[in-house]
Amino acid sequence: MTSLNEQMPPASGAAGAAGVAAKDAVKRRRVRRFSADLSAAGEPALWGFGGALALGIILIAGFLMMVLYNGATTFWPKPIDRIELSDGSVIAGVERRGTIFRPDLPRLDPEIRAEVEANDGFAYRTLYQTANFDLYGDDFQWVADFETESVSQPDDFYYFERQTWGVFVGRIAGMQIAGQSMDYDPTVFAREQRAARARFNEIRQIERNEIGRLNHLIERERLNQRRALLRQGEEAAAPEIAASQERIAELQAEFQVLQARVNEIRALDQSYRVTLEEVGGRSIEPEISQIVRFFPANTIGFTDKLGIYFSRWWEFVSTEPREANTQGGVLPAIFGTVAMTLLMVVFVAPFGVITALYLREYAKQGRITSIVRISVNNLAGVPSIVYGVFGLGFFAYTMGGTIDQLFYPESLPNPTFGKGGILWASLTLALLTVPVVIVATEEALAAVPRSMREGSLACGASKWQTIRYVVLPKALPGIMTGMILAMARGAGEVAPLMLVGVVKLAPALPIDGFYPFIHLDRSFMHLGFHIFDVGFQSRNSEAGKPMVFVTTLLLLSLIVAMNATAIIVRNRLKRKYATGQF
Amino acid sequence: MDTIEFEPTSYHVKKSADGPCLSIENFNLWYGESQALYDCNMEIQKGQVTALIGPSGCGKSTLLRCLNRMNDLVDGLRIDGRITVDGFDIYGKGVDVIALRKRMGMVFQKPNPFAMSIYDNITYPLRVDGVTKKSILDETVERALQQAALWKEVKDRLQESALGLSGGQQQRLCIARAVASDPEVLLMDEPCSALDPIATARIEELIEELKGTYSIVMVTHSMAQAARVSDNTAFMYLGRLIEFGDTETIFTNPKKSRTNDYVTGRFG
Repeated sequence: MTSLNEQMPPASGAAGAAGVAAKDAVKRRRVRRFSADLSAAGEPALWGFGGALALGIILIAGFLMMVLYNGATTFWPKPIDRIELSDGSVIAGVERRGTIFRPDLPRLDPEIRAEVEANDGFAYRTLYQTANFDLYGDDFQWVADFETESVSQPDDFYYFERQTWGVFVGRIAGMQIAGQSMDYDPTVFAREQRAARARFNEIRQIERNEIGRLNHLIERERLNQRRALLRQGEEAAAPEIAASQERIAELQAEFQVLQARVNEIRALDQSYRVTLEEVGGRSIEPEISQIVRFFPANTIGFTDKLGIYFSRWWEFVSTEPREANTQGGVLPAIFGTVAMTLLMVVFVAPFGVITALYLREYAKQGRITSIVRISVNNLAGVPSIVYGVFGLGFFAYTMGGTIDQLFYPESLPNPTFGKGGILWASLTLALLTVPVVIVATEEALAAVPRSMREGSLACGASKWQTIRYVVLPKALPGIMTGMILAMARGAGEVAPLMLVGVVKLAPALPIDGFYPFIHLDRSFMHLGFHIFDVGFQSRNSEAGKPMVFVTTLLLLSLIVAMNATAIIVRNRLKRKYATGQF
Repeated sequence: MDTIEFEPTSYHVKKSADGPCLSIENFNLWYGESQALYDCNMEIQKGQVTALIGPSGCGKSTLLRCLNRMNDLVDGLRIDGRITVDGFDIYGKGVDVIALRKRMGMVFQKPNPFAMSIYDNITYPLRVDGVTKKSILDETVERALQQAALWKEVKDRLQESALGLSGGQQQRLCIARAVASDPEVLLMDEPCSALDPIATARIEELIEELKGTYSIVMVTHSMAQAARVSDNTAFMYLGRLIEFGDTETIFTNPKKSRTNDYVTGRFG
């Protein structure tokens, strides 16, 4: 820029008449003053803009890196430390994190106190996951550097992930196979652990699927009886009720058989036990089937670590949570998030597009349409919790309550639709995101050139045919962009969901094998709410902390995946309509 | 209520050799408060090319777009007077605008093919009319493309996107689309203004070939073009039809001095 200005005076000088020296001088001064004025050139503003952009990118990149790092490393197996403390006690645990702190000086030994005081009163401490909640009543312990006598990593320490009570850290003292006590043998134990898990899964399968089915059928019979009673009166319904009672009796007989089978397996399971001994010498003797996963944390090789890492990820995305959501997987939450978002798109897409079509193509442009347009834009700015309150009051209580009275009177006073559920949650979010779709669709429609519409009308097409065959295909990529924005917003929203259907632990998925297969009245789990619940609402937030990062990572990946899919679909459509068929 | 009864577009063929097919009588038009056309009177002859010339903003496009009621899309439009097609007032009550437009093919200033295949572009007027029979559609595509002198160039890629054609080809495609429904009148709104001289020459040749089959009304900025291709010329100025007559008279021996000034290049 500067060099250009410097070149100008000679050029203008050459062009001007050589005789008019005074005029030439005036010109040259003006050019030079211009080039010297920094603010006029806009350079400082440019630095400011660039800096702001860079700062924004750094913040976002930093946030993503943090989530990615913490999320990706959580499942990596870490070694177990055995720490001898200065008071003679011994603990064992997995190092979590370290921090400096201000110890309570008067209570320290004079020697240590002098050392700490020399360090401005600060000391370093480390948080260990000592696990063994059933024995210690706590999962974690802080250990200050000055208390530590020695740290070692003994080879015989194992890390056990249990079905209940969380993690156990300690040695294997012995085992009991089919009632026979024997010494620990790694091969036998590994084999028995797999067999025990198979038994455990069999019990679960029977309880969940088969007994679940019977319960479902019995409940349906009970509701049928009530319905008959309500509709026909006591006398008329009597034969029907008797028949139903008979069917219930049959179902209950079936139930007894299954229950006996479960008890049999349970009894067998009791005779397979393992003796686990914690570092202090106390031991427990759980069933082997309680051990979900175990490994010798200090001797395990890299390949095995990798195997455990991936098996933990697989468990995370494919199973249900246990231990108040701090252990196990998040499959119901993934399912709930995806199902709710897709359902929301199903509601929001036609509603938003039709509204925008009317507003842009049919409504007379004037004061009323601009008021409507401003209101729609403002709706996008309403706090989402307000939508949650509206959704609960209008959808769940008013609409759902009416539906219950009309169609499900037999299950009252238990609500069917008259409470939060996935249907009401997705409708609430559809309401929340519809302004985004309307605005994007309107812009896409406005961007369709007038010449296209005129071309179509001149061919003798009606207004609707013009919109259907020329305007909408042309606007479709823009409409899809709006839909993608709405989806991203909806999938990440949590606050309104807490009022209209999200729960900490859903007993059943909204889709299952029982008629009518899709249960829109059911409450569901959501990854966003899961983050809030695990990290900040559980009894032991320290235990849930790593899960927060993993779940955040998963939620982000899920939203990215859903958006990527939508973008691919949009680009396909773009290509398809570029060559276009009816 | 007198509805114009049009025959189905695909079948009507009878076109008598001469006589007016379109007549404009005492036509006035206002956009809101400002008047754009003043008292226009004109008769468009069957099978001939009528050119509308005049400086920018004189109302020639407005007049053209009244002939198939494209101006209906404009808010605050008001008209007075009559435009008749074979004696029927097209602004009369109960007129089926869609049927009217099917009788009046229109070609625009800039080529505006739809984002569809070449085949779908040409069959569009028929398909919106409810024609689905493949043989009729195929026949129409070939006839229209041949009439628009585009058949040889695109016959092997009818299913490809029309947007892949060059500007001149796109404009000929638009002409093919306009003649696909076999209209009586072709309205052309500066059909060559976005094209280079070679493409322009081809379109002019095409107009030469199409006249006789269709009555053509074209708006043009180029007096040379009007002189080359038209049989009759109307000169418009500030919303008024100054002079209307056969092209030779207008260009060589105009009655009004203003027409003379314009065609000799003294203003405009």
